[in-house]
Amino acid sequence: MVLVLVETQKGKFRKPAFELVTYGYQTAQVLGTECAALVLGTAEGAEELGKYGASKVYHVQDSSLDTMDSQVYAAVASQAASQLGAKVVVINHSSTGKSLLGRLAVRLNAGSVAGVNGLPVLEGGVFKVKKPAFSGKAISEYEVTSDAKVLSLMGNSFQPKVVGGPVAVEKLDIDVPAGRVVSREMKRVEGVTPLPEAELVVSGGRGLKGPENWGILEDLAEAIGATTACSRPVADADWRPHHEHVGQTGIAIRPNLYIAIGISGAIQHLAGVNNSQTIVVINKDPEAPFFKAADYGVVGDLFEVVPRLTEALRKFKAEQAG
Amino acid sequence: MKILVCVSKTPETTARIAFTNGNTEFDSSGVQFIMNPYDEWYALVRAIELQEAHGGTVTIINVGPAENDTVIRKGLAIGADEAVRVDVSPRSALYVAKQIAEYAREQQFDIIFAGKETIDHNGSEVGAMVAEYLDMPFISFATTLSLEGERATISREIEGGEEVQEVNLPFVVSAAKGMAEQRIPNMRGIMMAKKKPLNVIPPVPFEDLAVATSYTLPPAKTAVKLVSPDNMDELVRLLHEEAKVI
Ligand SMILES: Cc1cc2nc3c(=O)[nH]c(=O)nc-3n(C[C@H](O)[C@H](O)[C@H](O)COP(=O)(O)OP(=O)(O)OC[C@H]3O[C@@H](n4cnc5c(N)ncnc54)[C@H](O)[C@@H]3O)c2cc1C
Ligand SMILES: Nc1ncnc2c1ncn2[C@@H]1O[C@H](COP(=O)(O)O)[C@@H](O)[C@H]1O
Repeated sequence: MVLVLVETQKGKFRKPAFELVTYGYQTAQVLGTECAALVLGTAEGAEELGKYGASKVYHVQDSSLDTMDSQVYAAVASQAASQLGAKVVVINHSSTGKSLLGRLAVRLNAGSVAGVNGLPVLEGGVFKVKKPAFSGKAISEYEVTSDAKVLSLMGNSFQPKVVGGPVAVEKLDIDVPAGRVVSREMKRVEGVTPLPEAELVVSGGRGLKGPENWGILEDLAEAIGATTACSRPVADADWRPHHEHVGQTGIAIRPNLYIAIGISGAIQHLAGVNNSQTIVVINKDPEAPFFKAADYGVVGDLFEVVPRLTEALRKFKAEQAG
Repeated sequence: MKILVCVSKTPETTARIAFTNGNTEFDSSGVQFIMNPYDEWYALVRAIELQEAHGGTVTIINVGPAENDTVIRKGLAIGADEAVRVDVSPRSALYVAKQIAEYAREQQFDIIFAGKETIDHNGSEVGAMVAEYLDMPFISFATTLSLEGERATISREIEGGEEVQEVNLPFVVSAAKGMAEQRIPNMRGIMMAKKKPLNVIPPVPFEDLAVATSYTLPPAKTAVKLVSPDNMDELVRLLHEEAKVI
């Protein structure tokens, strides 16, 4: 069995959860087995995970699960995997998933591959799976030789696909240990898709000259419902919040569309964004290295080009709606 | 207070990435290696700051071959008190974690630092594994860490924001940007580093369960399509009809 450990946020499932079930379902097909989902803590609508291919949903409810303590989560998930006889456990490559993957590997004596972006294959009986490495500059293929295997799935690499209908949710009886970590505060920007999950990203660099100019970038983002990001010097100068910083030392993203505005395209910046499906670069310097990594480029002054692009997009959206 | 910092060696951030031996090995010819930035700038420096404020020792550990000693010496020059190298070329995160955990088990560290991830392997795995082997709490992607007595308050990066957590010593933490400011080793540090202990120990036997066996480079990008700055309608059309992203 392939067991997917599905995350919730404030009790709700979000897109990464459905991506994960889709991946688990397709992995189960490769291996000729079934996919089940495991949900920890408060969750609304867990039966819906069946739509994406979970043949069953297991649920563990306990107040200790309201804080993400990797020790508690790993203890519960590994017990569930053993009870259910799951050979492959898959989680999201998220802040929660990354805290758990290594623990699960140890507990289940499992080979682990972090941040996979493709389905595994069985080659002559050997389990192989690929993941981006060297900060997006290469792809590694892993061979996993252990009986149990744990994988974490890179965001936005599998689109959710409906293959069935809701399924029964079964309570699992598992001893939930007390946690040792206390969560004091959650500060999350509300109402916007977090960067790692965003399909559309509008990003600004030092070319914007100062935080007071971010309005034009926010207008553009708003026109298409994109999330905003920035280069490192911009976050370092506190023009933008740190969680917007993408690149080698920030976060790595792979949206469908990345619009880079006034960013030169240093290799450390590219490391975080070069797996984006489509890259648009707006820069006044035709020699800016970013153009080499771009699909579409506009050589021009961003203060003129960006408002024009926003206007064109609004017009396009209005035509689509009408 | 006893602090352990796990440091790894990675290719320099602008290094050309290529592979050799039928794409089964990283081609290190002409590549400069550095201490993994998260380990050096954030984990190690914060560990040293804590030692300066609360006393105790900072030990760095690396699982790797003798050629890693240059990176380890740099860590000592920045201010760690002593170093341990487990003498083996590791092939998996679990193997590395096992070696670190076996060493740390005896030593009873109060805090074990790892970096957020290595910039070559991009796993974010080792810290959590060490924590599990030692049955210790693990807090990932810490951007600040303050200590009052036995209790630490840590902020960590989460998707689109941050979370503040509290935990008692001992624990394992992985360090992200924000934790500390990079320190450049000075002449005195470099001189002193030569005299600080660097103990080389043999690995404990352990079997790899997941190993990278081959590598590929992503397909080359096709040339950029330039759109006139006066024709943003055309860019919108391309994004809609050709790229199909809006
Ligand atoms: C170890 C290491 C790690 C790093 N990690 C990261 C990382 O994670 N993320 C990251 O982003 N960087 C990182 N960096 C920094 C990186 O090397 C670059 O310095 C940084 O990305 C540059 O940011 P920028 O493009 O915003 O600024 P600049 O390089 O200053 O580029 C500004 C661009 O704006 C353009 N411009 C200016 N005015 C206009 C205008 N009016 N209209 C149009 N275009 C205009 C300019 O032509 C220029 O290309 C790292 C560096 C190191 C050494
Ligand atoms: N060979 C190694 N020796 C010591 N520490 C390591 C080694 N490899 C990784 N680490 C530590 O584990 C962290 C996460 O690495 P990774 O799981 O490879 O992303 C690094 O930032 C280091 O702190």
